[in-house]
Amino acid sequence: MDYDKILNPSVCEIKPSGIRRFFDIAAEMDDVITLGVGEPDFMTPWHIREAGIYSLETGKTFYTANRGLAALCDEISSYLSRRFGLKYDPKSEVVVTVGGSEAIDIAVRALVSPGDEVLIPEPSFVCYSPITKLAGGISVPVPTLEKNDFRLTVDDIKPLITPKTKLLVLPFPNNPTGAVMRRSDLEALADFLRGTDIMILSDEIYGELTYTEEGHVSIASIDGMRERTVLVSGFSKAYAMTGWRLGYACAPAPILKQMLKIHQFCIMCAPTSAQYAAIEALRDGDEDIAMMRESYDMRRRLVVDGLRKLGLPCFEPLGAFYVFPNISKLGLTSEEFCTQLLHSKKVAVVPGNAFGESGEGFVRISYSYSVDHLVEALERIGAFIAEFGK
Amino acid sequence: MLKLLELLKSNAKLTNEQLASMLGMSVEEVEKTIAKLEKNKTIVCYSAVINWDKTEKDSTTALIEIKVSPQRGHGFEAVAERIYQFPEVKSLYLVSGAFDFLAVVEGKTLKDVATFVSSRLAPLDQILSCSTHFLLKKYKDDGVVFVENEPPVREEGLF
Repeated sequence: MDYDKILNPSVCEIKPSGIRRFFDIAAEMDDVITLGVGEPDFMTPWHIREAGIYSLETGKTFYTANRGLAALCDEISSYLSRRFGLKYDPKSEVVVTVGGSEAIDIAVRALVSPGDEVLIPEPSFVCYSPITKLAGGISVPVPTLEKNDFRLTVDDIKPLITPKTKLLVLPFPNNPTGAVMRRSDLEALADFLRGTDIMILSDEIYGELTYTEEGHVSIASIDGMRERTVLVSGFSKAYAMTGWRLGYACAPAPILKQMLKIHQFCIMCAPTSAQYAAIEALRDGDEDIAMMRESYDMRRRLVVDGLRKLGLPCFEPLGAFYVFPNISKLGLTSEEFCTQLLHSKKVAVVPGNAFGESGEGFVRISYSYSVDHLVEALERIGAFIAEFGK
Repeated sequence: MLKLLELLKSNAKLTNEQLASMLGMSVEEVEKTIAKLEKNKTIVCYSAVINWDKTEKDSTTALIEIKVSPQRGHGFEAVAERIYQFPEVKSLYLVSGAFDFLAVVEGKTLKDVATFVSSRLAPLDQILSCSTHFLLKKYKDDGVVFVENEPPVREEGLF
């Protein structure tokens, strides 16, 4: 059969991610130290795992309501109010999804019509553009700049606005840069957006991993923004629950109603045992979050300081668990740097351009590893730079 | 200071430079603080947590519940000292409940520990009774799990 003729061209045209390729090479080599994984190195706190196990023991093995367990929607609503001052009605404005990823997908599909333009700040996680494309939308990359600490400014988006601009993705705290948006940055953006019909998809999955006094601020808490915002978050990063695949979306009822339709036909409901574990996480997990946040923060400083001492310029990332050093002074492209570092010192990091063209000249380093692992990796990177300078 | 102590407790091999980075302090501040904490015995010593079962060393551990009669004017302190001075006693705690002290005693063999209890510990004047529990298996010690399960695999992918 001629599969090329049969398969959907808009799916076939999607390029495979650049993140994967390096790991495939690294997997073939011995003694490789990787700084590539984008997930917590903590196991899910025991009391949360135990709640999941207990749900299975007591036979909670049935579907839940499409939108998720009522008790979980209640807890999500009260958590968002407690932590970020947001008000969402648990009965009509919350849906529990299979990870934040599904929430992003159903939000884009509910909002974007064919031909609509979606502004996607870059560098950023790699899913927004393919999902936009599959919905028939056109993705418009918005480069963010090192000189602005990779924050998104009004000047960045203004020249790209057209009558077809439907949606602005707001992926902060950011993977891969670690950039965060302060309240003042969000207010500036809000001042501009208030006069438009542009909607916001705010991906706040790393919100709890914010290392500033102010803490994470949601755009939905800024005056006039809630009505145009779909907030996406989940349990993966904050509670170290990546493998449970549980996230959620919150939005004004008319939007959520349409998202829920897509969710119920494609997914039916998120995994039941994961939902019971998540209830426990929200009820009694604030201390776990604080402990993990502090641990990441210390490792963040260790790696940022370490890289700067090696002479790699590195803006201070204030969120997520990534550092995004500038490697351009070595005269290598991101891919060349990563390939040579992998072959000569057996350290795997991800080239910045895997997250959009504006990531060229940078690499993503995850510090979600033990201190010993990070120290060893820094030593190897140091040796690589020293040899390179000769 | 508490954060510094917690870091050292979890990994005493961190260098002062690394500690300074992690805590957002200067190296001098870290040096000074550690020197002060060592001097006033807040940091008592630096030691490794070892799973002796993985070595050739023969060792038997017992937890001993001890009932005593406290002494006038000294309370439990004098009798506690008489007990903890024995090098065989690795830890000693004053506890609430049905007995007074919990001692962790270590010897090479079961017989060594038994001899220590019967000939040294039990005969002490203030000791009313001893109840010895030999340790069969150590699952977790000082926050560190000793049971070696396969570590969970973190696969690399698109995230």
